[in-house]
Amino acid sequence: MKALVAVKRVIDYNVKVRVKADNSAVDLSNTKMSINPFCEIAVEEAVRLKEAGVVDEVIIASIGPKEAQEQIRAALALGADRGILVQTDDKAYPLQVAKILKAIAEQEGTDIVLLGKQAIDDDNNQTGQMLAALMGAGQGTFASEVKVEGDKVNVTREIDGGLQTVALTLPAIITTDLRLNEPRYAKLPNIMKAKKKPLDEKTPADYGVEMASKQEILKVTPPAERSAGVKVGSVDELIDKLKNEAKVI
Amino acid sequence: MAILVYAEHDNVELKKATLNAVTAATQLGDDVHILVAGAECHPVSEQAAKVAGVTKVICVDNAAYKDQLAENVSLLVKDLAGDYSHIVAPATSNGKNFLPRVAALLDVSMISEITKVIDANTFERPIYAGNATATVKTSEDKVLVTVRATAFDPAAAEGGSATIEEKEDVQDAGTSSFVGEELASSDRPELTSAEIVVSGGRALANSENFTTIIEPLADKLGAAIGASRAAVDAGYVPNDMQVGQTGKIVAPNLYIAVGISGAIQHLAGMKDSKVIVAINNDPEAPIASVADYFLEADLYDAVPELTSKL
Repeated sequence: MKALVAVKRVIDYNVKVRVKADNSAVDLSNTKMSINPFCEIAVEEAVRLKEAGVVDEVIIASIGPKEAQEQIRAALALGADRGILVQTDDKAYPLQVAKILKAIAEQEGTDIVLLGKQAIDDDNNQTGQMLAALMGAGQGTFASEVKVEGDKVNVTREIDGGLQTVALTLPAIITTDLRLNEPRYAKLPNIMKAKKKPLDEKTPADYGVEMASKQEILKVTPPAERSAGVKVGSVDELIDKLKNEAKVI
Repeated sequence: MAILVYAEHDNVELKKATLNAVTAATQLGDDVHILVAGAECHPVSEQAAKVAGVTKVICVDNAAYKDQLAENVSLLVKDLAGDYSHIVAPATSNGKNFLPRVAALLDVSMISEITKVIDANTFERPIYAGNATATVKTSEDKVLVTVRATAFDPAAAEGGSATIEEKEDVQDAGTSSFVGEELASSDRPELTSAEIVVSGGRALANSENFTTIIEPLADKLGAAIGASRAAVDAGYVPNDMQVGQTGKIVAPNLYIAVGISGAIQHLAGMKDSKVIVAINNDPEAPIASVADYFLEADLYDAVPELTSKL
């Protein structure tokens, strides 16, 4: 069985973002970029499935700028087998990404596609669901546990009130929540080996997908600043402020 | 054309996030319909018919929709979509699960977690864990959005008199089935809609301290209990209590952060609270930059004292 894992190059999660002065976007120049943390969890899960003998080959796909090959190499260093970079300088919206991933999944004949539940830049939480719809496949979103049993996969999902388990027929799409696993660190020899693993370069046109979206970002602004608060010296002062100044208790 | 709002419910009770979504929908057009899809969900459609601003409730009662499986629900919503200009769902785990699927079936893009309606095609939404706000315009024929509940006031649950229309539409994709669920039970108010939230972080050190320190304060205030990811990962509390970018988004009147440093991902889930109180022994903790009132103190002394003096 083959697994496809989609990874996205995003601003590192520890970076405090700055909005550009012309309000066109967030300033990404000279900022540290990494694999989206949820995607890293998806890679780790696929590698664990391979180690468990369930999956034979793990393919990494990324849709984005040329530099996204760094993120693909990082995923290969974690244990994936080969990579596909679908290079585009256009902004990649979820629907278009889902269409490309569908084409790759069908071409490669993958039985399981793993994605992160959301990218920490756009915070959309859409791509996995859209891919599942386009493929007519079952979806296990926000997964905190994945168990493949024969031609089925049981996925435990994080829902608002707790946990829910669904059984999906393969092929299936799974999006990962933070608690699914703890990704390993790439060791230096593996990073060196990853440089020799195959990485195909493609374009959206190779899959017949137009990147243009009917959605457009008009402007990006910093959120409203909270005014500076005050330090209180004691519990009594805190209660007094909450009762008489803020009037919330 | 009319606006369709997907009802969040458990087949017995209409969930409050639906009311917030109705408010967003009434800003898009006058003719707002609610879709109640479930099994033996008639009590829910009766509650939905009373919601102010709603003109029609469509009730689809079938075992295929009992557990809100996205595969089945999305086919149903796609079927009904022809009559609507907008399809709106609350940005709950359920709304996030099925609506992108509907969008792909209709071959349209969608907009997640809107926080403001500018016009029928233009919306504001937070990006980068709430550190920037994007104004997004769509030129799709059909506009699909999920609504961040805390950004819209709830519509009045009483006062409406919508007609209820029963529909038969059985969609069973056959690709998924429900196996079971494990819900955390609690008598406290629901986290996302509570007026007051008391949250604990890593500094609580174990689950016993949550029970002996955080719970009495929450009970005194009639508050819901939240947690940081560190507290959840360490196993002090279940993960449905996590507040943040990857957990729940809350905006209560009062948010009390106890022993929480205030990482970007946690702030994303609570920084729209009206008043924020932080109790922390580290005056340099990032939470201090958003707290209206910061008490530099050992939580093990300060919280019990606060509880006893309230």
